[in-house]
Amino acid sequence: MNLLDINYMLELVPILLRYLPLTLGMAAAGMVLALMLSAGLAVIRVLRIPGLNAATMLFISFFRGTPLLVQLFLFYYGLPQVMSFLTTIDGITATIMGLTLHFSAYMAESIRAAIVGVDRSQTEAALSIGMTNGQLMRRIVLPQATRVAVPTLMNYFIDMIKATSLAFTLGVTELMGATQKEASGSFMYFESFVVVACIYWAIVELLAWFQRRLENRFNEAYRR
Amino acid sequence: MIRVEKLVKRFGDSVILDGIDLEIAQGEIIVVIGPSGTGKSTLLRCLNFLERPDSGRLKLGDLDLDVAAVNAKDMLAARRRTAFVFQNYALFANKTALENIAEGLIVVNRWPKKKAYARALEILERIGLASKANAYPASLSGGQQQRVGIGRAMAAKADIILFDEPTSSLDPEWVEEVLGLMKQLAAERQTMLVVTHEMSFARDVADRVIFMEGGRIVEQGPPSQLFNAPRDPRTQNFLRKVLATSSSGSISANNDALSVSE
Repeated sequence: MNLLDINYMLELVPILLRYLPLTLGMAAAGMVLALMLSAGLAVIRVLRIPGLNAATMLFISFFRGTPLLVQLFLFYYGLPQVMSFLTTIDGITATIMGLTLHFSAYMAESIRAAIVGVDRSQTEAALSIGMTNGQLMRRIVLPQATRVAVPTLMNYFIDMIKATSLAFTLGVTELMGATQKEASGSFMYFESFVVVACIYWAIVELLAWFQRRLENRFNEAYRR
Repeated sequence: MIRVEKLVKRFGDSVILDGIDLEIAQGEIIVVIGPSGTGKSTLLRCLNFLERPDSGRLKLGDLDLDVAAVNAKDMLAARRRTAFVFQNYALFANKTALENIAEGLIVVNRWPKKKAYARALEILERIGLASKANAYPASLSGGQQQRVGIGRAMAAKADIILFDEPTSSLDPEWVEEVLGLMKQLAAERQTMLVVTHEMSFARDVADRVIFMEGGRIVEQGPPSQLFNAPRDPRTQNFLRKVLATSSSGSISANNDALSVSE
C-alpha cells in the first residue's frame, strides 16, 4: 500500500468543496454580526456608558474566558432545556450565534484599543475647527482607528473560518463534518484530513493575500 | 473685537488662570511670553474651549458668553470664531494637505465640496504649498505641516487665530518658513494671539507683548517698551534669562538695551 493515495485525494477535493459555501457562509455571517456587535461594545467601553459598561465587561470576560466549544454546546444542547422557544435551534444557527458572541468579545477589545489609540491631538484639532463629537468620530477618529484595527480583525476572521469546523460537533455537515463522513466511509483518514487541511490552508492564504492588499491601501496616507 | 473678562481656570486645586482681562482689537497682533507653566497655552485653549474655563466672560464679536454657563451650541460657535494652530501641527493624518484645509469648510460650514477645495487650493497657493495639495501629512516636513496647520486656521475665516507655540516642535531649519508665513499674515492685519519663545518675532511683529506669570498678566505694552524698558522685576528677570541663553544677533541687541535700562 502506498503512503498516500493521490487519486483518492484528487477525487475527494471536489466532493469536499461542495461544503465550502456552508463553511464560508457561517464564517461570513458570524463576522458581519460580530463586527456590528463588537463595534457597539467598543463604543460603550470607550464612552464608559454607565451600567452598560459593566455589563459589557462581564460579557467580554465570559466569552473570552470560556472555550468556544463549551459555548457552542451550551447554546445547542444546554439552552433549549431551559428556554423552550429555542428547542428548534439548528446547528448552523447555534454555530453562527456562538461564533458571533465569542469573537465579538475579542474584537470589541481590539476596536476599543484602536479608537483609544488615535492621538488625542486629532480630536483636539477637529474640535478646534468646530466639529461636533459625531463629526469628529465619523470623519477623523474612526477612519484612523479602522486602519489600526483591520489587521487584527482580519486575523479574527481567519480564526473564525477555522473555528467553523467545530460545527461538526453539533451535527452540521460542513467542510470538517463532510471530511469526517468521507473518511469513515473509505477508511482513508490520513488522506482525507490532509486534503481538508490543505483546503483550509488555501482559503486562509487567499485571505492573507487580500489582507496585505487592504493594509497597503490603508497605509497609503502614512508613507513618508 | 474680542474681550476676555476675569477668566479663571483651575486644574484641581491649582489655579492656572487667575482672572485674565484682555481686549484685542481687530487686526491686532499680540504675542504672549512668559515662563513655562504660567498658563499661556491654557489661556489660548480656554478661548477655543479646548479647556473649559471655570468662570469669566468671553466676548467674540456679537457672541457674549458667561463661560461658566456655555452650552454645546455656544461652544461650537466660539470655536468657529477662534482658529487654533497647534504646537505639534495636529494635521488630520488620514487627510491630504488640501483635505485638511477644506475639512472645516465642508463639515462645519457645510460648503459644497467643489467650492471648499477651490478655496483650499487658493490657501495652499498663498502658503506656497500648492504642489503638495495631494500629499499626506506623514510625507511633509515639519515646516510644511505647520504651514498647512496655519492654512487650516486661515480657512476658518475666524475672528482670531490662536498660535500655541507654533515653532516649538520644529527643527531649527523649518522655523523661519513658519515665522515668515506668520509675518505675512501679520502684514495683512490678521488678528492673532501668539504664544511663543521667539523673542525676535515678538519684537519685530507684535503690536503688543504680554508677559504672563502665575496665571496673571504681569505687564503688557508695545515691544519697544516691554523689551527695552520692562517695569516689573519679574519681566526683567524673565527677559534676562531668555535673552542670555539666546545667541541670535537681534536678541543680543536687545540684551544691550536691557543692560542699559538697568
